[in-house]
Amino acid sequence: MEKEEFDNEKYMNMELLRFTTAGSVDDGKSTLIGRLLYDSKSIFEDQYEAIKKSSEAKGEEHINLALLTDGLKDEIEQGITIDVAYRYFATPKRKFIIADTPGHIQYTRNMVTGASTANLAIILVDARHGVVEQTCRHAFIASLLKIPHVIICINKMDLVDYSQEVYDKVKTDFKNFSSKLEVTDVRFIPISALKGDNVVKRSENMDWFDGPTLMYQLENVHIASDRNYVDCRFPVQNVIRPMSDKFHDFRGYGGRVAGGIFKPGDKVTILPSGLTSTIKTIELYDKKLEKAYPPMSVTITLEDDVDVSRGDMIVRDDNQPEATQDIEIMVCWLNDKPLVLNGLYAIKHTSKEARCKIVAIKYKVDVNTLHRMEDDKAVGKNDIARISIRTTHPLFIDKYRRNRNTGSIIIIDEGTNNTVGAGMII
Amino acid sequence: MSTNNINHLKELEAEAIFVIREVAAECQKPVLMFSGGKDSIIMTHLAMKAFYPAKIPFPLLHVDTGHNFDETIRFRDAMIKEIGANLIIGSVQKSIDEGKVAEETGINASRITLQTTTLLEALDEHRFDAALGGARRDEEKARAKERFFSHRDDFGQWDPKNQRPELWNIFNTKKNMGEHFRVFPISNWTELDVWQYIQMEDIKLPNLYFSHQREVFERDGMLLAKSEHIQLRDSEVVKEMTVRFRTIGDITSTGAVESEAATLEDIIQEVASTRTTERGGRADDKRSETSMEDRKKKGYF
Repeated sequence: MEKEEFDNEKYMNMELLRFTTAGSVDDGKSTLIGRLLYDSKSIFEDQYEAIKKSSEAKGEEHINLALLTDGLKDEIEQGITIDVAYRYFATPKRKFIIADTPGHIQYTRNMVTGASTANLAIILVDARHGVVEQTCRHAFIASLLKIPHVIICINKMDLVDYSQEVYDKVKTDFKNFSSKLEVTDVRFIPISALKGDNVVKRSENMDWFDGPTLMYQLENVHIASDRNYVDCRFPVQNVIRPMSDKFHDFRGYGGRVAGGIFKPGDKVTILPSGLTSTIKTIELYDKKLEKAYPPMSVTITLEDDVDVSRGDMIVRDDNQPEATQDIEIMVCWLNDKPLVLNGLYAIKHTSKEARCKIVAIKYKVDVNTLHRMEDDKAVGKNDIARISIRTTHPLFIDKYRRNRNTGSIIIIDEGTNNTVGAGMII
Repeated sequence: MSTNNINHLKELEAEAIFVIREVAAECQKPVLMFSGGKDSIIMTHLAMKAFYPAKIPFPLLHVDTGHNFDETIRFRDAMIKEIGANLIIGSVQKSIDEGKVAEETGINASRITLQTTTLLEALDEHRFDAALGGARRDEEKARAKERFFSHRDDFGQWDPKNQRPELWNIFNTKKNMGEHFRVFPISNWTELDVWQYIQMEDIKLPNLYFSHQREVFERDGMLLAKSEHIQLRDSEVVKEMTVRFRTIGDITSTGAVESEAATLEDIIQEVASTRTTERGGRADDKRSETSMEDRKKKGYF
């Protein structure tokens, strides 16, 4: 057994980075994840033994690192990834959660799912093929879901003689395309996931590249300011009333801060009632806190005995979300059953439920070219479209680009109870 | 780290509390599945934090195989008393006595598979519509594909190909009568996170997790505890060793590891440098490459 001294102090105080990986089956995505796990010593012996056995049984020459991420029977048999799988690893700097999503066009819904919680997206490009339709689709989804950081990994550099020209061309082509997108932080790294170049260890084959390795980027990209610390939003999940002798008059509101920084003494407004009060305490368990900000889960108590219930939102007097029943969204359709214009659906937004009618389909987006299709308005599975909905109650919304927590909606089919749409408020 | 950013343990805690609160708000009759293992002890701790100063607003359910470590049961009962929770016990022995399941026979006989029937019966009898569990995605590859809110049909079955997408942190808790959810608030935690959290929060654990002397024997590369519930082969020799358990489940299939780790600090050091997964010591997962997936499809937790 390897014995390295483990600095627990350091490991207790790490940031969490969630990232998603996009790429098609042949881009070497699973190999890249396998490489990250393997080189960061996050693969356990029994896992390694298991995939070694599987690789040998299939008569493969090398140990197939891709098998680490393919779990279910159908996937193993067919060599495909059918769903979002989550992987975990840590380095002395950060803890990572990977949402590993398959890249086929029919899996746009899975990529959207994986992207919805990600701080960062890795988009894989096969150096031999350069920027292809899929690359554009992946970049578009990253931009649509407002993933703050994007890393383009130009993979399989070993198969193009580690050529700088190939790398430069991908970079130029991608920039030309992405000028139409809202992605702010894009970086490019030439790698070979199979050989390990520039993944965790610096490549000796590409002197011309002076940027950092992928692992370095993952460990150091600045994520602390990605959250909204400006617009105070506290959707109430539960009303906490112990009704015990010791806490006879206690009345607290449980929830997770969706935006802004709350402090005791803050003047607040409760939506939708419009009643006002002052924050008395912010607490969790037996601790009183000085402030609360995203993504903390806390319990808030107020100075006044006002009526607050689940689905209400506590906000600052001077900074309120829009309260409206008419909402414009970009929707990604997730279900086999197509979207029905004028159909009624259930929706969920923060801790609030309502129903909505889809009143208009403005246009559909061709995810490969970004063209707006105003003639074709049939919205089926994996389609992305701009639609207008009218809700049965006012929702307290922000634009998705301003706040992912208060700018997102899920659409539910009332017949099947399936989640059929993912909506981003425009 | 900037002043307005919380560390990974606090972020994972916030996520878990959020999920537990959603369950309490949206499900009519939730229950927390409690095995006596560290993950379910953490779940109980998180549920306490979520509703404090109120008590946990749902009962705990222990699916008891009857093949327990005595320490687990003593710990369970003391904890329940301390936090004033309501405990329901589903008994596998009872399911066997009633003829609903048949005891496995042979040298590797185990009650792991039988638990599913007892669990589904308990859920049915009490009409629980959400069962909170401490399963984690890093434990096993079928679990890596689980949702936070895992929908089960009226037979309790899991359909991995037909899971509801989960976006952002908005959870769809809608279901038909007779269906239920399994909910996994600590999905995103790793074994190391669990131990660090136990240290950060100073959570009490059964002594089984810490290094101690025990009579064990080796079978299929695992150290099993000597027990009246396990039949020994002639070739198997019982010896006393210094061991601890990384997971605690049914005594017939929970493997011990040789370890001198007697404190939380020692354990964290050990976990950080160990080269095998936690469930590597579980005989129930070794039955086939997809044994967990097969069990889960039938309604296993």
